[in-house]
Amino acid sequence: MIGRRHFVLGGSGLLLAGCDRLDRSESFRGVLRSAEGLTMRAQRLVSSRNALAPEYREADMSPIFRSNGTRRPGTPEYAAHLSERFANWRLIIDGLVARPLSIPMDAVRRLPLQTQITRHDCVEGWSAIGMWHGVRLSLLLQAAGLSTRAKYLVFHCADRFGARPFYESIDLVDAFHPQTILAWGMNKGLLPIAHGAPLRLRVERQLGYKHAKYVQRIEAVESLAGIHGGKGGYWEDVADYEWYAGI
Amino acid sequence: MDGSTTDEDVAATTGNRVVLRHRISTRVWHWVNAIAVIVLLMSGLMISNAHPRLYWGQYGANFDHAWLELPRFPGWATIPSSYSLSGARRWHLAFAWIFAVGLLLYIATSLLNRHAQRDLAPTKRELAPRAIWRDIVSHARLQFPTGEDALHYNVLQKLSYFGVLFVILPLLVLTGLTMSPAMGAAWPWLLEIFGGRPSARSIHFICATAMALFIAVHLLMVLLAGPVEHIRSMITGRHRVHTPETEE
Repeated sequence: MIGRRHFVLGGSGLLLAGCDRLDRSESFRGVLRSAEGLTMRAQRLVSSRNALAPEYREADMSPIFRSNGTRRPGTPEYAAHLSERFANWRLIIDGLVARPLSIPMDAVRRLPLQTQITRHDCVEGWSAIGMWHGVRLSLLLQAAGLSTRAKYLVFHCADRFGARPFYESIDLVDAFHPQTILAWGMNKGLLPIAHGAPLRLRVERQLGYKHAKYVQRIEAVESLAGIHGGKGGYWEDVADYEWYAGI
Repeated sequence: MDGSTTDEDVAATTGNRVVLRHRISTRVWHWVNAIAVIVLLMSGLMISNAHPRLYWGQYGANFDHAWLELPRFPGWATIPSSYSLSGARRWHLAFAWIFAVGLLLYIATSLLNRHAQRDLAPTKRELAPRAIWRDIVSHARLQFPTGEDALHYNVLQKLSYFGVLFVILPLLVLTGLTMSPAMGAAWPWLLEIFGGRPSARSIHFICATAMALFIAVHLLMVLLAGPVEHIRSMITGRHRVHTPETEE
């Protein structure tokens, strides 16, 4: 019996050692990583470009919507913006656009309003339902005149992890999706600090870490290669999460 | 088994009959699926460690009521062995493709070649309570069928293989897809079937637990019923039937 148990434990140990070794091999990780592209292509194949994420009733909303990631940016710049109630916060849209924009927050809040009650899915496995108020990203992109060379939008944020600024990116399929908004309000109030005040991205067909908070600048680019770690987002760069977070 | 030796030779020398027990589709799928399922279970335990709470309904997070709080699974049971949600997800979502595509192909093949209808679906007579009870008793006494009786599955085997192939494994794929925000938009009926992402995640975990139990019992039965013969027949497809006197 002890022999068999040792055999089983030994087998499990060998298996794990093998998996861990494979996990350290860059080429094997590349093989596993190819599933990300496969998943993205398959998901987009079976869904129409504008397929909507489910929207919920007010009765379905989470009583408490927990926050995640940065709960309060620690920089003096952010503290100053906070004390001015974001009066001097501007949303900048630049990069591969015909007309770079710099829009003060109060002007952002006067843009056509879209409200949606959607589910926020964290990569860790929890879900929360909340109401978001904001402006459709596609309206801003049309106003800025997105270049035909642009393939991605990079969201530069005010929060820092150590010295590293948070950033995220999405492609144009999600950028022009009817539910992709820059939200300045939540649950019938202004966006709380923990949820990204004064402005955050909602990209409803992807996991929570793509929903950049504290957005200051949207840069239209052709490639993600030259930006920070080059993988398209803070979590992608530092913790090896997938850039496509549809699953 | 040596390639030049025919089944008749074997039968003649041993007095046993050799039959083709498992088709090539069954054998290939069995081993591919075994690897995929073990990787999925172990990487799944690591994913569970990232948020070891299960909920029912449309939402579920730390301030909501969890119907089950799971323990933190130790490193020897998880892939990777030290904490990495991104690493576990990469293993899980890559092997999920192998698992789901393999399952779909095998279900289709088994329906087309009538393996499912002929060998896996229990007959009405087998489903009689008395017949099932008899099978439970003989399993409990560790009496395993020999000779010709061993050539077809008994009713408990049929029920568990049928249940795994047509219920547990498909549910794992469907509840897995339901957790994907992109699939929620593409196929909203998934969320309606399972009653929300947190519910789908709970069902996913329950089915994974059922699968782990199935594997444990399956391995135990193989050990008790003759591991060498059974593993060999799942590799070569050929199974030796011990019928000492009667040849066909």
